[in-house]
Amino acid sequence: MEGSTQDNVISALKEKYEDQILHMDTPYNFLTISLKKEKIVEIIQYLYNHPDTKLQYLTTLCGIHYPELNQIAVMYQLHNLATNTRVRLKIFLSAENPVTPTITPIFSGANWLERETYDFYGVNFVGHPNLKRILNVEDMIIFPLRKEYPLEDQRREDKNDTMFGR
Amino acid sequence: MNVNQSVIEQEKAGEKQYSYLNLGPTHPATHGIFQNVLKMDGEIIVEAEPTIGYIHRAFEKLAERRPFYQITPLTDRMNYCSSPINNMGWHMTVEKLLNIEIPKRVQYLRVIIMELSRISDHIICNTIIGQDTGATTGFLYLFQMRERIYEIFEEICGARLTTNIGRIGGLERDVPQKAWDKIDKFLIDFPIAFKEFSNLLERNRIFMDRTINCGPISAERALNYSFSGPNLRAAGVDYDVRVMNPYSSYEEFDFIIPVGTNGDTYDRFMVRQEEMWQSLSIVKQAIEKVKKEPAGIYSARVPEFCLPPKEEVYNDMEALIYHFKIVMGETEIPKGEVYHCVEGGNGELGFYLISDGGRTPFRLQFRRPCFIYYQAYPEMIKGSMLSDAVITMSSMNVIAGELDA
Repeated sequence: MEGSTQDNVISALKEKYEDQILHMDTPYNFLTISLKKEKIVEIIQYLYNHPDTKLQYLTTLCGIHYPELNQIAVMYQLHNLATNTRVRLKIFLSAENPVTPTITPIFSGANWLERETYDFYGVNFVGHPNLKRILNVEDMIIFPLRKEYPLEDQRREDKNDTMFGR
Repeated sequence: MNVNQSVIEQEKAGEKQYSYLNLGPTHPATHGIFQNVLKMDGEIIVEAEPTIGYIHRAFEKLAERRPFYQITPLTDRMNYCSSPINNMGWHMTVEKLLNIEIPKRVQYLRVIIMELSRISDHIICNTIIGQDTGATTGFLYLFQMRERIYEIFEEICGARLTTNIGRIGGLERDVPQKAWDKIDKFLIDFPIAFKEFSNLLERNRIFMDRTINCGPISAERALNYSFSGPNLRAAGVDYDVRVMNPYSSYEEFDFIIPVGTNGDTYDRFMVRQEEMWQSLSIVKQAIEKVKKEPAGIYSARVPEFCLPPKEEVYNDMEALIYHFKIVMGETEIPKGEVYHCVEGGNGELGFYLISDGGRTPFRLQFRRPCFIYYQAYPEMIKGSMLSDAVITMSSMNVIAGELDA
């Protein structure tokens, strides 16, 4: 059953936005689609409304930093509660200036999730009603979950991390 | 929001004056550290602005520097009212990544522990609703039962609140006979105490008048806000991860998902009440199932990820090698990204793990149900009285640890 509903999503997406798909995979039986960043809101709205997909529940949204690609990915995980179809959509933004439109008009629940992503990765969600830091202090100047910020103070000399570091 | 400044601005503009009230950060009625700046017109709430992050501990960043077995204690400290669910959710995520088959007995043992912690989680939430409406008796009375659950956890893993229960692949040791005795005793005593608590509040006219239509949310709005767990079910949507994506053999158990209609405080209370009865029945079913399985199996035995007992490390070559490999990060971890979710005390608790083959996760995101549904709070209390805001918050079961990660 799971396969067939995932196929619905793929065919619905291919119907209109085939040129937007960068990569498609199902790791651990979880449909993951990488998309071009330009039309992401349009696509999420389309999958929300399309009668075959109806992905109307936003499970989660988060950022991922890929330092070697110099990119920040934003992952949207959508869910159709009626058919139990879960889909992961990913877009890739440049790490210097990550900008993407907000999806708060579609999902009110995206509000804090986008603020969290801004807080930790500096992704600028254009059109967000209240885009400011949420968990960290407001006068922080870095985006702490980016990989270039180490967990510990690098000037420490009492601790050798070569064996136990990542 | 700078309170004084906005008052001054309003005075300058000659507008109608509102008063501003700080509910929190430390306030006995918030049960945790979070602030709400309420804009009040008399006693009616016009606007609310929540500020969170007071106990943010950067778990997602910390997790990127810790091997898998060291992440379990971090998950303890998210929803600390039901830590075993978080622990086991994390273990199951790793097991999914590693494709480990878990023996049936271990799965049933996990179900027993998870359902007991669900009961303890719901005890806290429901008795505190009683407490905030003025019924202290139930709070103090049922907390004895929560204490009994903690004693069971103590027998199983040695800890009470932040349990760090289980290991990747199963439990760290078999459930001792003393714990079974305590579970049996609990199963006899809890229904009696719980029935008394239910009689105190469920059909109590004062309590019903106080909670019905207090802080309601419609099913559409709740879904749009990505609610999950009891709060979503109170609004009338029968979404439960245990049924939708069964894990740990939940598909073999017979239980119902209670749903409400209005999504108000009373419905949230009643959904949790009924869930406790269902959890109790699941525990009983699981005990019967455990009895049918061969005794003594408590782990799937994945030595590459589960630290061996110390006496074996000192006396046994194999165990020493595995100990060394785990601590030095020599174990092979597959690359991949995996999402696993469990039905936590508050709803869908998800773990989104990206592994790049390194000894620690490349990225680990916790889908924390509290964090997601608490953003609907200003909408839910708009236009209601200040005292309604307090019980709406307690009925949503906002746990500061889970909110701030």
